Amino acid sequence: MSYLEHNLRSTPSGMRKILHMNWPLTLLLISVAGVGFLMLYSVAGGSFTPWAEPQMKRFALGLAVMTVVAMVPIWFWRNMAVVAYGLTVLLLIMVEAFGTVGMGAQRWIDLGFMRLQPSELMKITLVMLLAAYYDWLPAKKTSRPFWVLIPVVMILFPTFLVLRQPDLGTSILLITAGGGLMFLAGVHWAYFAVVIAAGAGLVTAVFQSRGTDWQLLKDYQYRRIDTFLDPSSDPLGAGYHITQSKIALGSGGWTGRGFMQGTQSRLNFLPEKHTDFIFTTLAEEFGFVGGFSLLTLYALIIVFCIATALATRDRFSSLVTFGVAINFFLFFAVNMSMVMGLAPVVGVPLPMVSYGGSAMLVLMVAFGIVHSAHIHRPRQQTR
Amino acid sequence: MRRNPKELDVLHRTMSRRAALLGGAQLVFVGALGLRMRYMQVDQADQFRMLAEENRINIRLIPPDRGELFDRNGKIVARNSPSYRIIIVREDAGEVDKVIADLSRLVRLDEEDLNRALTEMRRSAPFLPVTLADQVSWEDISKVAVNAPALPGITPEVGLTRVYPRGADLAHVVGYVGPVSDYDLSQIEDPEPVLRIPRFQIGKVGLEAKREDVLRGFAGAKRVEVNATGRVMRELDRREGVSGADLQLTIDADLQAYVQARLSGESAAAVVMDCETGDLRAICSAPSFDPNLFVRGISVADYRGLTEDPYRPLANKSVQGTYPPGSTFKMITALAALEDGLVGPDDTVWCPGHLEVSGRRFHCWKRAGHGHVDLLNSLKQSCDVYYYDLAMKVGIDKISAMAKRFGIGVRHDLPMSAVAEGLAPDRAWKERVHGDVWRVGDTANASIGQGFMLASPLQLAVMSARIATGRAVAPRLVKSIDGIEEPDGAGEPLGLNENNLRKVRRAMFAVSNDRRGTGYRSRIIEDSMRMAGKTGTSQVRNITKAERAAGVISNADLPWERRDHALFVSFAPVENPRFAVSVIVEHGGGGSTAAAPVARDIMLQALYEGTPPLSAYPTADRSKIKAQQERLHRERPEIGAPVSDRA
Repeated sequence: MSYLEHNLRSTPSGMRKILHMNWPLTLLLISVAGVGFLMLYSVAGGSFTPWAEPQMKRFALGLAVMTVVAMVPIWFWRNMAVVAYGLTVLLLIMVEAFGTVGMGAQRWIDLGFMRLQPSELMKITLVMLLAAYYDWLPAKKTSRPFWVLIPVVMILFPTFLVLRQPDLGTSILLITAGGGLMFLAGVHWAYFAVVIAAGAGLVTAVFQSRGTDWQLLKDYQYRRIDTFLDPSSDPLGAGYHITQSKIALGSGGWTGRGFMQGTQSRLNFLPEKHTDFIFTTLAEEFGFVGGFSLLTLYALIIVFCIATALATRDRFSSLVTFGVAINFFLFFAVNMSMVMGLAPVVGVPLPMVSYGGSAMLVLMVAFGIVHSAHIHRPRQQTR
Repeated sequence: MRRNPKELDVLHRTMSRRAALLGGAQLVFVGALGLRMRYMQVDQADQFRMLAEENRINIRLIPPDRGELFDRNGKIVARNSPSYRIIIVREDAGEVDKVIADLSRLVRLDEEDLNRALTEMRRSAPFLPVTLADQVSWEDISKVAVNAPALPGITPEVGLTRVYPRGADLAHVVGYVGPVSDYDLSQIEDPEPVLRIPRFQIGKVGLEAKREDVLRGFAGAKRVEVNATGRVMRELDRREGVSGADLQLTIDADLQAYVQARLSGESAAAVVMDCETGDLRAICSAPSFDPNLFVRGISVADYRGLTEDPYRPLANKSVQGTYPPGSTFKMITALAALEDGLVGPDDTVWCPGHLEVSGRRFHCWKRAGHGHVDLLNSLKQSCDVYYYDLAMKVGIDKISAMAKRFGIGVRHDLPMSAVAEGLAPDRAWKERVHGDVWRVGDTANASIGQGFMLASPLQLAVMSARIATGRAVAPRLVKSIDGIEEPDGAGEPLGLNENNLRKVRRAMFAVSNDRRGTGYRSRIIEDSMRMAGKTGTSQVRNITKAERAAGVISNADLPWERRDHALFVSFAPVENPRFAVSVIVEHGGGGSTAAAPVARDIMLQALYEGTPPLSAYPTADRSKIKAQQERLHRERPEIGAPVSDRA
């Protein structure tokens, strides 16, 4: 709750809105981005180029975009949800058609000044659409099969497009975030139980069938799954990256090897050290203290988002804020699990820290909406 | 859509409940991540830290400088010299093909080397240097250095390589080094890491190989920090290696040069040994070869030239060649009989030109016979029948034992390749090797150094030195290692009756100094340097009865490879022996004509430590010797100019 709140009766207007932004959340975001600049400076060998400086410019742009988005009333965003979702799906289809091949996957559209990844955009527009849908849907229909099927299609259609790129990491994120939002919206828990049970059953069946007459997948597909789940079985390929990542992380110790002293990153043993694996550099150079601090910052961002969501009585605002929080959580949880060797290597960057424009901009837009929800929340009217 | 507040409350409560559940799950997950981080970074930190260090630090060896070789007077025999090579770094070169084309316009590049370099370049990381040309001349390197700006990625580099400034003179003694081969590595159990340095040179043959242990030294090491692709980022620290020990040889390189020159044109070997210490002053085998060719990597044509030469330049005849010693063995037969007390030095034997031994006729080289001969006359004139007779009395086993006491049939411990044991046969040996009983005829053959008897020139020199001193003088090749003197080979007294030895020495003196001696024509007339010797002519073919009836074909009429070997053993000065010299000229004909003059010239060269004055030679020989001295000096200036005659 903002410190100015107690003597306000109605929604602020004009430039006063800036004072009513969720300032703790903003400060947390700036802190996390600051950690990112520091690490990008370090992995470049003590240089602002080629990563830290563009990242700072983008973050400045991101802050501006976030403020602009925050100024716009939340109901505008609710009304725009369907349009945004439709545009994003269109972009995804365009990527499929003319997208540039980069990193072995078709992921972005080159807009000239930046490369747009529609799959990043999808994360936020999907959340917006689902929030708007449940805001509109009468409460008693929430758990009716037909009204459950509609959001499921909303989630699965873009997921399918993303999966074709192929971008497994983002697909999983989309499904999980969408499912989480449906759960929060009050869809009956039995649906989730059934889906989880069916999923678990399918996975078990696939693995159980291996080597039997009714084997469900081809042998090479099993081998791929093996490598995916246990990279150490392929020590020169995927396993090399994860091993080096764990070495970097583990060698940090309590307080780390010192700023710019991390040998693993400085000597290029780390793969993708400025993007997906940037956390290992932080952990190597600042140790457990540094790594845990960043983890705490992330946790605080989640906590503030949940608090914001619960504080508002507007259903769309709550749901969209939750959606952003879930997405954000999935981002760093999957990334950290990956670099610590707890999860398979899927291309998920560390939010606000990894080098990369569109992921950060999309997140800033998302937090802008969170701010907007916070600023434009319905005030208790004195009657 | 406007909802009624009640419905909104219900929805909000559900959402709050579920949000708490979801948020709680998220916090639990965050906690789990924190714990995992703690486990890896705190509990397992040491292990990961070690792995990180292993990643980062590479140990590179610094090859040690090989020990150098000097002769007894401190003249350099094998040294390490800077060698230049041209290396290329693909990454810096940019267009490799263009750069190489530019380079080949400046210096001649070997096609084979170039192809190997290109293959290596394709395989290795772009920043690793690849050698384009090795052993490049100073001029070529200068050209490359001057044109460096036009040749990106090309750098001249200096390393050390072995050089033998004495060339072929000491090839058989010192041997040569070469880069470690895969075969070498396969022969060594648990090879030292230093051997895996590319182009690291190790001794392949001769002293270089036999004393590899002290010559190699110990590699230093430097710890370098490398990045993930193996590029060296910086040097962390280094530990210098220990250079190999310098060896001083007992060889006198100038005398060696003289002997080698004196033997040239023949397939021959000669050994000069110090009678006091056993020091080998010269140990030569002719023809020889240039060991520097092998260091560089000998061409196929050169190598074929060496292997197909009938004079076998690659064989070290002085230690690994064994020959029937012929008449040079007679001193041993005589000493065996004298020591046994069966015959006295003055007992005579009748030589009719042959001796019947169990139905077989053994001939003396002089068909007419020598008449009555005693020890002195038999040795002087090299009568064979006298020794057949002694051998019948004393038996092979005692002769063989005596031969071994004088170093024949015994492997002398020298750091040279393939030192031959020779053979002093006895009954047991023939039983064992041929599965046949020893026959009296074998004894007769052995008594004059024929038949199974085999000795190397080295063993004959040792024999001469032992006759001269009466002590078990042993050959020594390495005088000192890093300035620390090696034990000399003076040896213990042989324990023979001095009287008998004196008789034999006197007979050997007569060989060279008595008008009727077989070596008389190759005598030394300088009184303080009188030489004692023994000629030998060993047959390499059997003379058939028919041939003997028709008259033995003279050597000059035989093809080279069927002619007799010519041998001569000697020591001088007689009064106070300093040097023992043995000479063998393969298929040279008679010992007195082919070997004795060579041995005499070598002996004088050794005694005078330079070119001897003509006054040491018999008057009749002087003009010929003078011409020879001038010729050799012209060919090999280091031998020394002829001295003006003081006589």
